[in-house]
Amino acid sequence: MAKPSRALHQGSDETGGRKLALIASKGSLDMAYPPLILANAARMSGIEVEMFFTFWGLDIITKKKMGKLNVATVGNPNMHPWFGIPTLLGALPGMSAAASWMMRGEIKKLDFPPVPEFIKLLIDAGANVYGCKMSMDMMKLTQDDLVEGSTVLGAMEFMDITEGAQILFV
Amino acid sequence: MTQDILDTVAFDDDGFMEDAAAWTEEIAQAIAEALEVNLSDRHWDVIKFARQEFETQGEPPTLRLITQQTEVSMKEMYQLFPGGPAKITANIAGLKKPTGCI
Repeated sequence: MAKPSRALHQGSDETGGRKLALIASKGSLDMAYPPLILANAARMSGIEVEMFFTFWGLDIITKKKMGKLNVATVGNPNMHPWFGIPTLLGALPGMSAAASWMMRGEIKKLDFPPVPEFIKLLIDAGANVYGCKMSMDMMKLTQDDLVEGSTVLGAMEFMDITEGAQILFV
Repeated sequence: MTQDILDTVAFDDDGFMEDAAAWTEEIAQAIAEALEVNLSDRHWDVIKFARQEFETQGEPPTLRLITQQTEVSMKEMYQLFPGGPAKITANIAGLKKPTGCI
C-alpha cells in the first residue's frame, strides 16, 4: 500500500525522467505500427520520446506516402498463418492490396488510428519526430514533403539529442 | 490539511485506490494535490468521464477514448495531466491503473 505521489508515476518528471530513442527504418504497414505504439506508450507513461525515421521508415512521415503504406505478401514470414497466404500466391496481383486492406481493418477494430492520425497524435503528445537527412537526400525529399511538426536531422545530431536515452531500433 | 483524508483510503502499491466505490470528490482533490495537479473544470470533465466510463465498462478509459469522447484534445490532456495523462486521470478518479496500449 502506498499513498499516491508524484514519485510513483515513474518517469513522470519531464526533466529528470526516462528518455526513449526510437529508430524506425521500415516503411511497410506491419512494421510501421510497432515504433508508433511503443512511442505512444512511452509518452503515456511520461517518458520523453525522440523518433528518428530513416530509409524506408521515412515513408511513415512522408505526407504523400504515410496514408498508403502496404503489407508485403512476398518474403514476409508472418503471412502464414494469420493471413494464410502462401508466398507463391502472395506474388499474385492485388494480394498485397488485399492483405493491407485486411490489416487496416484489424487495426481499426483495435481502435488504433491510421498512420497519419497516429503521427499527429504522437506530435501532439510531445514526441519529437525527425526525418533522416541522408535518407531524404537519397530519396530527393525536402522538409516540405514531411508531415507538419517534424524536423530534418542528421544522424550525428540525433546521437547528441539522445544522450543517455534507451535506444530501440525497428 | 486535505492530505489527511488520504490516510482513511486504501491504496495499492502503485498509489491507486483499492476500492473505486469508496471514491469521493474530496478524495480526488486530495489525490490531485499529492500529484501536484491543480484541478480546473476541464480536469473535472475528464475525471467525470473516466468515472462514468468505469461504471459502464469496468475499465478505466484509454487516453484515446478520452480524447474521442470529451472535448479535451490530446495536446490538452498532456497539459492538464503532465507526465502520463491516462494514468494520472485514473489515479485521481479513484480507478485502477489503466493497461490499455493507446
